[in-house]
Amino acid sequence: MRITSHRPAEAQDFAFSPENLEKAKGYIARYPEGRQASAVLWLLYLAQDQNGGWLSVPAVEYVAKLLDMSPIRVHEVVSFFTMFNTRPVGRHHIQVCRTTTCWLRGSDEITAACLDAAQVSGLGETSADGLFTVSQVECLGACCNAPMFQLNDRDYFEDLTPDSAKAVIEALRRGEAPKAGSQVGRVSSEAYAGSEAPKGSA
Amino acid sequence: MPKLTIDEREIEAPGGITVLQACEMAGVEIPRFCYHERLSVAGNCRMCLVEMERAPKPIASCAMPVGDGMVIRTNTEKVQKARNGVMEFLLINHPLDCPICDQGGECDLQDQAMAYGYDRSRYQENKRAVSEKYMGPLIKTIMTRCIQCTRCVRLATEVCGVEDIGLVNRGEHAEITTLERAIDSELSGNLVDVCPVGALTSAPYQFAARPWELRKILSVDVMDAVGSNIRVDARGRQVMRVLPRVNEAINEEWIADKTRHACDGLGRQRLDRPFLRGADGKLAPASWEQAFQAIAGRLERLTGDKIAAIAGDLCDVESMFALKDLMTRLGSPNLECRQDGAKTGAGPRVSYLFNTTIAGIEEADAIWIVGANPRWEAPLVNARIRKRFLQTGMPVGVIGEAVDLTYETQYLGAGPESLAEIAEGKGAFAKILSDAERPMIIVGSGALARADGQALLAQCRAMAEALGVAGATAPEGWNGFNVLQRAASRVGGLDLGFLPGEGGRDLAGILDGCEQGAIELVWLLGADEIDMGRLGKTFVVYQGHHGDAGAHRADVILPGAAYTEKHGTYVNMEGRVQLGRMAAYPPGDAREDWTIARAFSEVIGQPLGYDNLGELRQRLVEHNPVFGEVDHVASAPWASFGEAGTISPEAFASPISNYYMTDPISRASETMAKCTEVFVLNGAGQATGTAG
Repeated sequence: MRITSHRPAEAQDFAFSPENLEKAKGYIARYPEGRQASAVLWLLYLAQDQNGGWLSVPAVEYVAKLLDMSPIRVHEVVSFFTMFNTRPVGRHHIQVCRTTTCWLRGSDEITAACLDAAQVSGLGETSADGLFTVSQVECLGACCNAPMFQLNDRDYFEDLTPDSAKAVIEALRRGEAPKAGSQVGRVSSEAYAGSEAPKGSA
Repeated sequence: MPKLTIDEREIEAPGGITVLQACEMAGVEIPRFCYHERLSVAGNCRMCLVEMERAPKPIASCAMPVGDGMVIRTNTEKVQKARNGVMEFLLINHPLDCPICDQGGECDLQDQAMAYGYDRSRYQENKRAVSEKYMGPLIKTIMTRCIQCTRCVRLATEVCGVEDIGLVNRGEHAEITTLERAIDSELSGNLVDVCPVGALTSAPYQFAARPWELRKILSVDVMDAVGSNIRVDARGRQVMRVLPRVNEAINEEWIADKTRHACDGLGRQRLDRPFLRGADGKLAPASWEQAFQAIAGRLERLTGDKIAAIAGDLCDVESMFALKDLMTRLGSPNLECRQDGAKTGAGPRVSYLFNTTIAGIEEADAIWIVGANPRWEAPLVNARIRKRFLQTGMPVGVIGEAVDLTYETQYLGAGPESLAEIAEGKGAFAKILSDAERPMIIVGSGALARADGQALLAQCRAMAEALGVAGATAPEGWNGFNVLQRAASRVGGLDLGFLPGEGGRDLAGILDGCEQGAIELVWLLGADEIDMGRLGKTFVVYQGHHGDAGAHRADVILPGAAYTEKHGTYVNMEGRVQLGRMAAYPPGDAREDWTIARAFSEVIGQPLGYDNLGELRQRLVEHNPVFGEVDHVASAPWASFGEAGTISPEAFASPISNYYMTDPISRASETMAKCTEVFVLNGAGQATGTAG
């Protein structure tokens, strides 16, 4: 018996919407002629966004064709970067940062709270209603506002507590658009009431 | 040239080479897995670590260019330890299945683990397992054995020109994969050769033999006119496999899939005894004596002009020479070695050779292909063109069938009309050619094997002269006029003059004669590619090794030897004389072909004047001194050739409809049948439900 890890192509076709195609052309134009393959990451992000947060095989091959690349070269890129999802995700993809700073500040609890609130059985899984996928990712570069998660490759929700993480998820479930950024109300990463000031030796 | 010290020895190395290459020049062996001298540098296996003075840690010698004053040490304790460490890491996930692995005994990993590894494992954890991939009927994958050197990815991308293999995922999850499609390249067998471990192995050869059981005979390939240098591995009477051997001037170190994998056809459909067609119209086994008597009885009543001989595509020069001698004794001028019906070849040597030479392609700066599909007619010539294309991006123009040649081409048209346009200097490509310093024209049998072949040849010659491709207008020492021959026997046959003598008939004449009854006996020397239906009532003698078209039509079958079963001389398309060697004896009563003609000459009382191969070859050299210059290409002087005439506007058609089956051996091969199914009949080589 032969076993393979190759994903069979999904039935549905993929093509950029007219406005995304315009955007894609803009990305391609940023690079010298004949170097259009450099735009592959941009186009994959665009395709992932249009495709509901994940890249199907037809989407990958569409991008390959658009950039005159061999499909396998694009598959290599997609599989290398963890930011590209190769399986369908929920409408809201919650990526909890788990790298050192967030972890020290309690990312484990945030993850547990997210899983609980979103009713997702495990990391990388999608809730039964198709609304949420929760996964853990490496550093998203918001260490000063740890712990945090990223929503749908775009919005950062920072300075989370298990309760505020749950609140965000509940708001999403109700169809609202919760305010992104610090959940304790501070501006960027300024000090705020209740924050622990660095303890100097002096 | 930079001077550097390697293991306390000072050497001078040409600039631009790597430390690894410099070490090799100094005679120091550096272990490696990912580095391959004909592929780009990846530097990912880390096996080639050496110590460099003033470097904080060992360097990967394959990726480090040499510099002046470098001090390299390859035999220190640190290097030893580094190699040990790398080896241990490579073996962490490598299965210990050498006893059931086809690579066993010729495995780089096995050898290097012996030489540079620890003698025991400290690893207790589970090894990772990787699922198998589909790569077509020629390559078997056991991906758990893969060490991610990416040689196969680079070979497929760079040499084969098919981007079908890649490395997906990363870190511990990295794996080589295809998109579950067969590798649609005529050079895919080389993937198995470059794989340093047993991850990619030859599917037809799986579990067939161990390298130490095999006799290794150095020989020459006859599946096309390239004359690739091969090593035939035989066990007992059976040819187990064919591998390439390095010849920089011809095949570098690659061979085409037909060369490599048609060898299972050598064991099927063989003619192992003489046959005679009886009164009932059926072929029945006979003795050599009976067979010879039957032919001799026929010949008694015939004058020479009623006899003809046609030589096939796989014949060695010796057998054609002996048959030619025999025909001369019988008084027959009707000789023909161009069974594709080409009219050209009777002219000067320059008119039928690949004059630039295959290695010479690497000096060209523009190529124009007329009526040829080099990808199928001569895959290794195509690989050279691709190599040159990747180096320089030179323009390549094509007139003929529009096919994917694995490099960028400019399609200029389908037939003689487009040819005439360029001859008149119209269009951008004519300018490219005349501006190019070393332009090449490659004319294929799609253009020459037609009734108006002579006229087309004349036109191509005139153009070559006008555009500075060859002749007086070309740069000194450059001859860019090339004919792409397809048959291994062709140039040898033409050099020999296995052609219509004075008043003799050519192929069309012979076939017409057969139909009309003017030719009463035709001797086919391995000729299977002609239209047997046109042989009419002629008495057909078929001398050959496979029960193919010719044998089916024959009245007498004389069993001969295939190319692996005889010592033979072959002249490749460049005009390079090479010697093929016997790897196994012919089956049953079959005999080396020249001895058959020699024995028959005795029966009719006109013995040929040579009793052994040495004498025959001596006569051969006397006949044409070219045959004495083995492994050497003598450049043929430019001359006038071709005949003006009317040219039909018909488009050039490729003579090959299926690369995998072009001769009796490949048609008998099961592996080639599988390839035909996957690559030709199914098109893209998509995996089917039953694949694998």
